[in-house]
Amino acid sequence: MDKFYHSVRLDSELCKGCINCIKRCPTQAIRVRNGKAQINGKFCIDCGECIRVCPHHAKHATYDKMDVMKQYRYTVALPAPALYSQFNNLDDVNIVLNALLLMGFNDVFEVSAAAELVSEATREYLNHHEDNLPIISTACPSVVRLIRVRFPNLISHLLPLNPPVEVAASLAAQRAMQKTGLERQEIGICFISPCPSKVTYSKSPLGTEKSQVDHVLAIKDVYPQLISHMKAVGEEAWDLATSGKIGISWGRSGGEASGLFTESYLAADGIENVIRVLEDLEDQKFTNLKFVELNACNGGCVGGILNVENPYVAEVKLKRLRKYMPVARSHMDMEDHVEEMIPWTTGVQYEPVFSLGGNIMESFARLNQVERLCKKLPGLDCGSCGAPTCKALAEDIVRGQASENDCVYYLRENLHKLSEEVSVLADDLHGGDKGGQETLRILKEYIQRISDEMSLLDNRDAEEETGKHNNSGGL
Amino acid sequence: MDEAIVLKYDISPDDFTRAGEASSDVKGKLKQLGVSPEAIRKVAIAMYEGEINMVIHANGGEITVEITPVDIKMVLADVGPGIPDVEQAMKAGYSTAPDEVRSLGFGAGMGLPNMKKYTDDMAIETKLGVGTTITMIVKM
Repeated sequence: MDKFYHSVRLDSELCKGCINCIKRCPTQAIRVRNGKAQINGKFCIDCGECIRVCPHHAKHATYDKMDVMKQYRYTVALPAPALYSQFNNLDDVNIVLNALLLMGFNDVFEVSAAAELVSEATREYLNHHEDNLPIISTACPSVVRLIRVRFPNLISHLLPLNPPVEVAASLAAQRAMQKTGLERQEIGICFISPCPSKVTYSKSPLGTEKSQVDHVLAIKDVYPQLISHMKAVGEEAWDLATSGKIGISWGRSGGEASGLFTESYLAADGIENVIRVLEDLEDQKFTNLKFVELNACNGGCVGGILNVENPYVAEVKLKRLRKYMPVARSHMDMEDHVEEMIPWTTGVQYEPVFSLGGNIMESFARLNQVERLCKKLPGLDCGSCGAPTCKALAEDIVRGQASENDCVYYLRENLHKLSEEVSVLADDLHGGDKGGQETLRILKEYIQRISDEMSLLDNRDAEEETGKHNNSGGL
Repeated sequence: MDEAIVLKYDISPDDFTRAGEASSDVKGKLKQLGVSPEAIRKVAIAMYEGEINMVIHANGGEITVEITPVDIKMVLADVGPGIPDVEQAMKAGYSTAPDEVRSLGFGAGMGLPNMKKYTDDMAIETKLGVGTTITMIVKM
């Protein structure tokens, strides 16, 4: 298991080496090198902002295709609550669930049902941990990854319970094995997801050794097929729905918190807002909160990039769907072994990927270097060097990953200075200076230096040209 | 006279997460009986609002549903504090729901007004310190 696996990929053919993604990445994980964007896997948290913002559609999320289910003898679909919000005029989730069966899945297990179990377990956890408040939600994998690399003081506040998708997968697998007698590897548990972060979670989970989710499909891929099957669901639809208000609400920001029956919670969505909240939490600015719900996507999971519907419209649809539902329909006493499936079995370790050096002394020395470099660089944050800010370039230089000459303005200034000195020397020569030969020699040296700097600029252009023709770049 | 079909539900105040399950059950049974969709919708909404009220405000109680070929009668009897001012409680937007349940969508103050709107007849009997009984009829 690669602990830094990522599901965001670059199509280099389409990448123009512009600066949109590098400026937008919340952890400054992207650089443009040789004319192509490259994502630093240690910094990336799979939030999908670069996918959202790329104007050339060069960034993609990886997920499985529908035919991956053919290799299994028995398949179970795990619809995310966000799936229900994608359709017009849907007033009964059973239509979606029956349509999934018509599409070819052998069984369906609602993630929203597992969400109600996680809410129940969370209420209990909050009651027993009043000395460690606030507790931070761990349902969004991007948020957990962000905290892991950037907010180590908050790791102890993480809710150590598996996210609903994981609990749903464990329960679905258990139920499938009991029902069919098949071995675990013959059963395919397939999550229908609103975001790529969950793909990363299924391949490299935090809090558990191995995820029970076998594959992840995208809502937008499943949508067209599902619509045609939904039309075919008749009056004889089975009553398969097992979740209520709480489960359905998990799809929108604030929904997870609403299942805790408390007023003292905070729900933030959108990665920039999440970062601000985390920084304030670190500074202990919120003292009266019990629970902090954080979603990397605007609007919550309905805002994930694999959705079809506008997140705010989807939010309204979820509210309508849940209006006359019972508060919850799934309860922990209804399932076997569920107490073992919910808590984390492994911890989350701090990964100091942003450290400048291997130890404090080294990092301190490098910090000083960074400060000095920042003074030399123009402070325009233009992105031409391929780094999002001058400070980021300075850090790259200090880590040995870039050089001052990457900065176009720096090169230009050097050239400027050199040509000034050349003209001063030329004047001296003209003025009949006694050390004429010496001056001539120095003059030639300076001219050589100017052409060296110019050729550096030329090299950059050449590299970018070859970058465009090769398929270099990417993760 | 034909025998009515009678369904009884104990509404427990202890588990808020189960609030609304009785109404869901009645809805399912009415569908199996082949009652018209409009009548089912009215019964489902009116009974849901009443059931939630019993859990949130009134310490639970008992719901009895009588189904005849002519109409569906719901009797919601609770052992709660009683309603001090029925006219005020019937006003749209007036709510005494606690803050903890508002994020789930409760507390809009439309419960009693909706119950009146979706039923053909509604009667409220209430005594402070003893409890409230609401009787509603939806015609087939």
